[in-house]
Amino acid sequence: MNAGGILTAAVAPAVAPVIALVGNPNCGKTALFNALTGSRQKVANYPGVTVEKKIGRLTTPAGRVLQIVDLPGTYSLRARSPDEEITRDVVLGRLQSDVNPDLIVCVGDASNLRLALRLALELKRVGRPVMLSLNMMDIARKRGVEIDVARLSRELGVPVVQSVAVRRGGTDALLGEIDRLLEDLPLAQAADWHAPDAGELRSAQREADRVLRAAVKSSGERDSGTAAVDAVLLHPVAGLVVLLALLFVMFQAVFAWARPLMDVIQDGFTWLGTLVEASPLPDLLKSFFKDGLISGVGSVIVFLPQIVILFFFILVLEDLGYMARAAFLMDRIMGGAGSVIVFLPQIVILFFFILVLEDLGYMARAAFLMDRIMGGAGLHGRAFIPLLSSFACAIPGIMSTRVIDDKRDRLTTILVAPLMTCSARIPVYTLIIGAFIPDREVWGFVGLQGLVMFGLYASGIAGALGVSFIIKRVFWHGEPGEPFMLELPDYKLPRVKSLAIGLWTRATIFLKRAGTTILSMMVLIWFLASFPRPPAGATEPAISYSLAAMLGSLLQPLTEPLGFNWQINVALIPGMAAREVAVGALGTIYAIDGGEGAADKIGQAIAGQWSLATALALLAWYVFAPQCASTLAVIRRETGSWKWMWVTFGYMLALAYAAALITNQVARALGAG
Amino acid sequence: MTSKATIALGNALVGFRGRIRELVVDKAGVGLPGPELERRLIELGFVEGADVELLHQGLFGGDPIAVRVAHTTIALRRREAMAILVTPALPA
Repeated sequence: MNAGGILTAAVAPAVAPVIALVGNPNCGKTALFNALTGSRQKVANYPGVTVEKKIGRLTTPAGRVLQIVDLPGTYSLRARSPDEEITRDVVLGRLQSDVNPDLIVCVGDASNLRLALRLALELKRVGRPVMLSLNMMDIARKRGVEIDVARLSRELGVPVVQSVAVRRGGTDALLGEIDRLLEDLPLAQAADWHAPDAGELRSAQREADRVLRAAVKSSGERDSGTAAVDAVLLHPVAGLVVLLALLFVMFQAVFAWARPLMDVIQDGFTWLGTLVEASPLPDLLKSFFKDGLISGVGSVIVFLPQIVILFFFILVLEDLGYMARAAFLMDRIMGGAGSVIVFLPQIVILFFFILVLEDLGYMARAAFLMDRIMGGAGLHGRAFIPLLSSFACAIPGIMSTRVIDDKRDRLTTILVAPLMTCSARIPVYTLIIGAFIPDREVWGFVGLQGLVMFGLYASGIAGALGVSFIIKRVFWHGEPGEPFMLELPDYKLPRVKSLAIGLWTRATIFLKRAGTTILSMMVLIWFLASFPRPPAGATEPAISYSLAAMLGSLLQPLTEPLGFNWQINVALIPGMAAREVAVGALGTIYAIDGGEGAADKIGQAIAGQWSLATALALLAWYVFAPQCASTLAVIRRETGSWKWMWVTFGYMLALAYAAALITNQVARALGAG
Repeated sequence: MTSKATIALGNALVGFRGRIRELVVDKAGVGLPGPELERRLIELGFVEGADVELLHQGLFGGDPIAVRVAHTTIALRRREAMAILVTPALPA
C-alpha cells in the first residue's frame, strides 16, 4: 500500500463517501454493483416511496470505505417515472437522505455507448464530480469495438475507465480511479441542470455522436448472435409460439423439478417433528446441531433462519408457561411451517427463470411480442414485465409497475396484477390438485396435474385481460394510452454471481415472510383450534368445541352455495394474511381433528372429506380471491389512495365468489358433488 | 435529395433501411403531447441523420416494430413512428 493510501485512510471522514452508479437500462450496472459490493448489500426503500434503495459497502485497494448506490436505470435525468425521479433527485442531491453522492459514476455498455454518452454529458451539468465507466469491455472487444479511452476522456471532459463486472479484477481500474478522484475531490458546485427541451437534447445527442466518432471505432453492425436469435424469437408467429412454449415449460418445470428438493425438506421437517415429540428441548437442540446441521436435511442453509425463528417461538412459548404442552405445540407448529417452506424450491425455480430471461435480454422481447395482444386488452406492452413478476409475487410485480410511465396504464396494471397466479397460490393448488386430480398422462406426454395447473394459470391471465379491458372502457373511456417504446438489448449470458445474489435476496425475503407472518398465524390458528378445551366427557373431536369451529359455522351460510365446509372457512381467514397460510391452517385443523395426521397427510385428509366439486370450487376461489393483505397494502401505497385498494378488493371478491359458485354448481350438476 | 422519397418510418416495411430526415410531432392521434414525444424519441437516439433499419414487426397489424437506430435496437409502435420521417438509403 502506498503512503498516500495510508494517509487518506488515516484521515478518512467519519461518513464513508457515497458513489452513485447511474446508467441506461441494460448497461450492466447491477452486475457491476454486485461485483463491487458482493453480498455486502442493503435493500431498503427511499423515504416516502417504494423505489428500492440498493446500497453496498466496499473497501478500495487504498483502504477507503465507500458506499455504493445503485440507481434505477434511465436515459435522461428528465424523469418520467417514479424510478427515474429517484435517480434524478439522488443525483441532484434533492433527496433528504443519506445518499447524496460525492462522486457519480456513469456506467455505459462499451458496445453500445451512443445513448450513454448523451447521459454522461447531461450528468456533467449537475455540479458533482462525474466519471464514466465503460462496462462490459470484454464483449465490446469481442465485437471489434475499439475505444480510444484517453481521447474519449479528453472529448467528454471527464475521467474514463474500462471495467468488466464479471471478471476477477475487472473493477480494479474503476476502483483505482475512484480512489484517485476522492483524493482531491472538488467541492460540489451549484447544479446547472434543468430539464432539457427537444433542441437541447438534439444538440447533446449530436455532441455525443461527434465524441463517439472521434474516440470509438466500430463496424456499427448488429451483434450477429443477437440478430440470428431475434430472427426466430421476434418472428411474428414463431416468436409467440416460443414464448408460450417457454411459459408452459416453466410451469411444468416448477412442478416437476422442485419435487425431489421439496421431498427432502419435507422429510427433514417430519424427522424434526418426531424428534421434538421424543425428547425434551435441550436434547433436541443438541441433536439439531449435531445431526441436523452436520448430516444436513436438504439445503439447511436456506431455511436456517426459519429454524432459528421456530426455536425462538418454542422457547418463548415455554417461558410463557406452556411447558406441559411444549412437545405438542412444537410438533404442530413445525408441521405447519414445514408444509409452507416446502414450496421454497418452486419459488426459487420460478425466480430463476425470470432472472435468467431478464439477464438474457429476453424480457424486453417478450414485451415486444405481447404489446399488441395486451394492447387489445387495454394493457401496455411494458405491463408484461410487472405481470410476469406477479407470477412470483404480486408485491414486487406491483412495485415494478413503476417502469410504466403513464399513470393510467400503470393503474390498470396494478389493479390486475393480483390476478396473476403468484407463488403463494402454488401450495394451495398443489395440495388440492395432488389430492383430487389423478396423476396420469394425457396425449402421451403431458401430465394431467400439470395441465390443470396450467389451466389455473390461464384462468388468472384471462381474468386479468378481461378486467383490464373493462377498466379501460369504464374508467378511461377508451382514450389512447402511453406510447410503447423500449430498448431491445443484445442478448447476454446471465452471470452466475449476479443470479445467485438475486435468488438469495428473494429466497430470504420469502423466508422472512414465512418466518414472521406465517408462523405467527400458525400460532394463532393453533390457539383458535385448541381453545376452549372440550368439556369433560365430550364425544366429538376436540376441535368441534373450539373458537375456530364457531368462526367457521358463522360464515357457513355465506359459503354454503360454494360448497365450502367450516374447515375451509377457518383456513380462509388466516389465508388473508398470506395465501399459503391456508395450507398450514388446514394441516393444523385436520391434524388436530384426525388426531395423528401429520402435515404431509393433509392431502389424504381432504381427499377423504371433500367432494370433487368443493375442491374445484376452492381452486376457482383461489384464482380470483383477494386473499393477501400485503398486496392490498402495497396497492394502497402505490396508488396513494384507499379507493383503488377497495376497488381491487371488491372486484376480486366478487369474481372469486362468482367463479366458485359457478364451479361448484356446475360440478354438482355433472355429478361431482 | 427530393422530398418525394421521404416517408414516415411508421409506414415502412420490414427490411427498410434509411436515414432520419426530420421529426414531425404535430400529428393527431398520438397518446403524448408533441414536444414530449419528440424528446422521448431523441432520448432513444432518433435524431436527424441517424441511420435506421426496420428489423421486425409484430403479428397483428405489423405492430409494434423493432428499429435499429445507429447502434441500438428500439421497439415502438407504428403510431409513434409516424413522427419519424426517413429517406431510404440508396440501393447499394
